[in-house]
Amino acid sequence: MSKKIVTTLSALLVAGSATFAAAQEKVVNVYNWSDYIDASILEDFTKETGIKVVYDVFDSNEILETKLLAGSSGYDVVVPTADFLQRQIQAGAFQKLDKSKLPNISNMWDMVMTRTAQYDPGNEYGLDYMWGTTGIGYNVEKTKAILGSADAPTWDVIFKPEIAAKFKDCGIYLLDSPTDIVPTALLYLGLDPNSHNPDDLKKAEELLLTVRPNIRKFHSSEYINALANGDICLAVGWSGDVLQARDRAAEAKAGVEVGYVVPAQGAKMWFDMMAIPGDAPHVEEAHAFLNYLMKPEVIAKASDYVFYANGNKASQAFVSKEVLDDPAIYPKDDVLAKLFSFLPYDPKTQRVVTRLWTKVVTGQ
Amino acid sequence: MTKFGSAVFNRLVIIIPYAWLMFFFLIPFFIVFRISLSQTAVAMPPYLPVFDLADGLSGIFSGIREFSIDNYLWLTQDALYINAYGASLWIAGVSTLCTLLIAYPIAYGMAQAPSNLRATLLMLVILPFWTSFLIRVYAWIAILKPEGLLNQFLLGIGVIDQPLIILNTNWAIYIGIVYSYLPFMVLPIYSALEKMDHSLNEAAQDLGCTPISAFWQVTFRLSLPGVIAGCMLVFIPAVGEFVIPDLLGGSETLMIGKTLWNEFNANRDWPVSAAVATILLLILVVPIMFFQQAQAKADGEGR
Repeated sequence: MSKKIVTTLSALLVAGSATFAAAQEKVVNVYNWSDYIDASILEDFTKETGIKVVYDVFDSNEILETKLLAGSSGYDVVVPTADFLQRQIQAGAFQKLDKSKLPNISNMWDMVMTRTAQYDPGNEYGLDYMWGTTGIGYNVEKTKAILGSADAPTWDVIFKPEIAAKFKDCGIYLLDSPTDIVPTALLYLGLDPNSHNPDDLKKAEELLLTVRPNIRKFHSSEYINALANGDICLAVGWSGDVLQARDRAAEAKAGVEVGYVVPAQGAKMWFDMMAIPGDAPHVEEAHAFLNYLMKPEVIAKASDYVFYANGNKASQAFVSKEVLDDPAIYPKDDVLAKLFSFLPYDPKTQRVVTRLWTKVVTGQ
Repeated sequence: MTKFGSAVFNRLVIIIPYAWLMFFFLIPFFIVFRISLSQTAVAMPPYLPVFDLADGLSGIFSGIREFSIDNYLWLTQDALYINAYGASLWIAGVSTLCTLLIAYPIAYGMAQAPSNLRATLLMLVILPFWTSFLIRVYAWIAILKPEGLLNQFLLGIGVIDQPLIILNTNWAIYIGIVYSYLPFMVLPIYSALEKMDHSLNEAAQDLGCTPISAFWQVTFRLSLPGVIAGCMLVFIPAVGEFVIPDLLGGSETLMIGKTLWNEFNANRDWPVSAAVATILLLILVVPIMFFQQAQAKADGEGR
């Protein structure tokens, strides 16, 4: 009984105004990352289709996952990262897409579709919205002074203790995200980034423990400000966040220049995927929304706004030159070939990785 | 109102807080407790067993048979959890003590102030709440960072020649907690001191007490309920504090809030995180019971 009360209450609270409005007009409830779309796209969609968009945002996959797994989220379109998507598909959180209602799917980029099919065979449940990389954000001037060369840094600045030590006082931040750092450490060791082998994970742990003394902080968002303000030299972070720091630093005109590089050794590539929850109240409208976002000129507008690459090949004719030619956003083919996709851990391995991460971060 | 009517009214008034506790504390707690006895699963919701009312009583009984205390045993397997509880209690305890030492003189001063000034002083204590808690914590980052206001000031007046590293250490957590919770300590102590009859203090001094011993034996004792209430109001939320250690603390700070976050969000293990939360609740219930006993005793003595 209590469960029923709780579910009903939470459904009422979350969907609240949306369900109420549904009686009178066509609505789609979208749940996307914060700062991840040009708001005019939503207005244009309503103008073209007559469907009202109720747009809500989150700032971590965990929040989205908690809502999805609790059930009755009331959302029609959500945007989890691909490794989260895969697990949520297993848990039964999504419904299969009706591709007959998605003719614009022909615009999608086969390179991206092939990679996202690793998470979702046949791309039956999700379609890529944006994708990016986990690389190094750096203070251009200070890094040049320390390395003594203008070359972009490689993973050596993080994982080679004698080089990292030179950056220690200037400051290094790492993402507080084992699923980003552990695969990258494995890659640096020349091992399979997706390895679940306990021996490999042990080696990654040993490497990270030697790196640990040089790290000032493990955090998944503070590095944006820290880089932009010139408080730190290096941060392992997500491409779009570092580019945001680059823009803020440029706007502040305080003489801080931030750069982003996908290191030559390779890096993790991640995908944010649009999907429709199994209990979505407006399935028809959700498909219309996905189809609209696969229009080349629409998604190009989104990429221009958020500075992320999208998974739509046809849109590249419409993406501004500034974004399309920026290797930090659209890496060149030789770099693309070195990007790896990270597949989710099974619960047991996840526990091992979380535990090793706690040991690396806290020393316990 | 008739006698009967007022009796019914009294009953109803009592029901409201109990109903509140029932719906917003007891029932949620039992849901959490039930999850802590289940096993994690890749499903919606991500644990087993889930009770389906369609199965009727037999379904509930077979579900209950699947309950186990494995998650609680798990917490004893790895020193991580005990260390995290210990660190949280230690940080909360030290912070509470510091808050008390700072808050008592403030409250005492307020209670001694002329009565026309008191309303203004009270206002000043509450004033920080007009700014969002999160913004105030962020402001401490700007104050404490190596090139922040505090270091610039200290370097400027020549007290130090190297910036102090305070941000991202436990010092910053203590500063953040003491600052954030100070009003919760000041207000109950002030209200206890304000009610006090000053002639008692004079009587003590007339009977040969020095001012200091009069303070300890009369004023402080009479303010004790306020001190205990203030300590509880600071200590209990500080144990589970997540935001302040996350923003101001260093990576090596391991408090129970972060451990719970990891279990819930990184391991996606709702049952183990429910067990962590249940134990945390038990740790906090003990001081509350202690507080209530002290309160009851103080009330008894007061009469």
